[in-house]
Amino acid sequence: MELFINQVLAGISTGAIYACMALAIVMIFQAIDHLNFAQGEMAMFATFIAWQLMQWGVPYWWAFLLTLAISFAGGVIIERLLFKPLAKAPILTNVAGFIALFAIINSVAGLIWDFTIKQFPTPFGSSPFLGSQLISTHQAGMIGVTLALLIALFLFFRFTRIGLAMRAAAAMPESARLVGINTGWMVALGWGMASAIGAIAGILIAPVVFLEPNMMGGVLIYGFAAAVLGGLTSPLGSVIGGFLVGIFENLVGTYIPGVGNELKLPIALALIVIVLVVKPTGLMGHTVVKRV
Amino acid sequence: MSTIQETAAEAHPANIDVPSKKNMGLGRTASWAMLIVLALLPLFVRNFVIFQMTMLLIYAIAVLALNILTGGSGQFSLGQSAFYAIGAYTAAILIEHGGVNYVLTLPAAGIICFAVGFLFGFPALRLSGIYLALATFALAVAMPQLLKLGVIEHWTGGVQGLVVTKPDAPFGLPMSQDMWLYYFTLVVSLAIYIASVNLLRSRSGRAMMAIRDNEIAAAAMGVDLSIYKTLAFGVSAGITGVAGALGAIAVQFVAPDSYTFQLAIALFLGMVVGGVGWLPGSLAGAAFIVFVPNIAEGISKGLSGAFFGVLLFVVIYLVPHGARQGAIYAETLFNKLKRS
Repeated sequence: MELFINQVLAGISTGAIYACMALAIVMIFQAIDHLNFAQGEMAMFATFIAWQLMQWGVPYWWAFLLTLAISFAGGVIIERLLFKPLAKAPILTNVAGFIALFAIINSVAGLIWDFTIKQFPTPFGSSPFLGSQLISTHQAGMIGVTLALLIALFLFFRFTRIGLAMRAAAAMPESARLVGINTGWMVALGWGMASAIGAIAGILIAPVVFLEPNMMGGVLIYGFAAAVLGGLTSPLGSVIGGFLVGIFENLVGTYIPGVGNELKLPIALALIVIVLVVKPTGLMGHTVVKRV
Repeated sequence: MSTIQETAAEAHPANIDVPSKKNMGLGRTASWAMLIVLALLPLFVRNFVIFQMTMLLIYAIAVLALNILTGGSGQFSLGQSAFYAIGAYTAAILIEHGGVNYVLTLPAAGIICFAVGFLFGFPALRLSGIYLALATFALAVAMPQLLKLGVIEHWTGGVQGLVVTKPDAPFGLPMSQDMWLYYFTLVVSLAIYIASVNLLRSRSGRAMMAIRDNEIAAAAMGVDLSIYKTLAFGVSAGITGVAGALGAIAVQFVAPDSYTFQLAIALFLGMVVGGVGWLPGSLAGAAFIVFVPNIAEGISKGLSGAFFGVLLFVVIYLVPHGARQGAIYAETLFNKLKRS
């Protein structure tokens, strides 16, 4: 029983990271109807920036905040420069754009910081949390930061004018434009926020998976699995999906023999395919009805 | 977010954008000229260059396969590297464990990959555009781990991979192994090219293109969407498998980490550079993915990814129809010269 609780809690803590990635993916999907295949690489790059700042002697939390600001600006710039001109282009062109971004960021990170594995510090320490052996302080910290982030995002979208405008721009761009919302900038803002959320995920997971240019590959796949499970049209669903996928991953790895680390990615693949086949809208998404 | 889309045309642009041109092939003169160049060039170059040209043809087959899927039926795949890997492993295992002749491994790889692609294509029936890209993306990323599985390690050689012996020229022909393999690959790719052009000209090809251009209209005209979409997926995977088998024989080595997502990116890039929906462009795209990384690595190690990415952006912004645009331009220029 203790093993079970232990694994569920560990699942929740990695699930928190998947929830962040899924949320970032869903935010961009809502804004422009495309999946950002470079989301993981953007998060990885942000994590490297945080690491570099700390190497220069910036204290952890300052580096954290600075990195968020840089990622936000980076997301906005990428949208303005590269993807705004593609807004009306066919899907293929957009997919090609994301793939290109993926390749560029991955390769540039390798060029600047090379491909050796680096340690990443954690501000929470790794001692047992509140004296219990079930969960470490870093895992508890991951859950805590994610929950704080989710509450902040909820308040932002529910109670601020910009949050409302962003929701309007995502839901009905034409009508939003008619009532005076600058939908173009709302999309850019969405990109910036998604990029910053991804950065948080990267910084939190880096002490666990270690820092290197390919660190987010698996995390991104699980993020996609979470987003699909929760429903690509529902931010809340994607967060719940993230936690579920995290727990699922840990339990499967513990209780089904033969499924160790080596099968982690195929499990995510199977999960994505199964959800898309059985219930393409996910747990909380809704069907998008097209008028022809 | 909303259940009502304002205008479908604006909110949901077409999957891909193909310039209208009836013929998916190349003009007769140009085809023969290209073939003669490909047939004669190996006689004048070093063995290493012949090897590179073999890889060029192999990648051209793989890009062509993706082109049938995307340019032909309008579906996406970011997972071509997975089918390439399955083809390569099929050939390697058959040759090394089964002692099968290398020529016979090609159809075997093709059939196995067709089956896998067809089965993976079933979910594709329910997935459109971006979802299919997502599922195949996950497939490409998961593939190296699947190949490293402990259960099949006896066959696949696990992380170490398998070494494949290179075939000699048959009938005592006075040729180096590389040159023989080149001509062998040339014949195979020619056969696949001709078959593909004919496929796209046939009834099935027209049905696929109808699906590409407008799914709902195609269904209304009586095109069986599920059959043709899965078929396109299967054919594409099968051809990619043949390319993978040839690749394994040419490189003489298969290992899980040769078939990562980077390979899928390269093939995708090759298709975009060559021109989506224009089969001869596959050769131009393949030339791009074989030679450009060498140039980029020459400047700085690890640069090829960035180089690929930047060039991909350049292509989608400036020449969205890839090499086809160049070819059309050259053709009009040629016609003008002929008239004057």
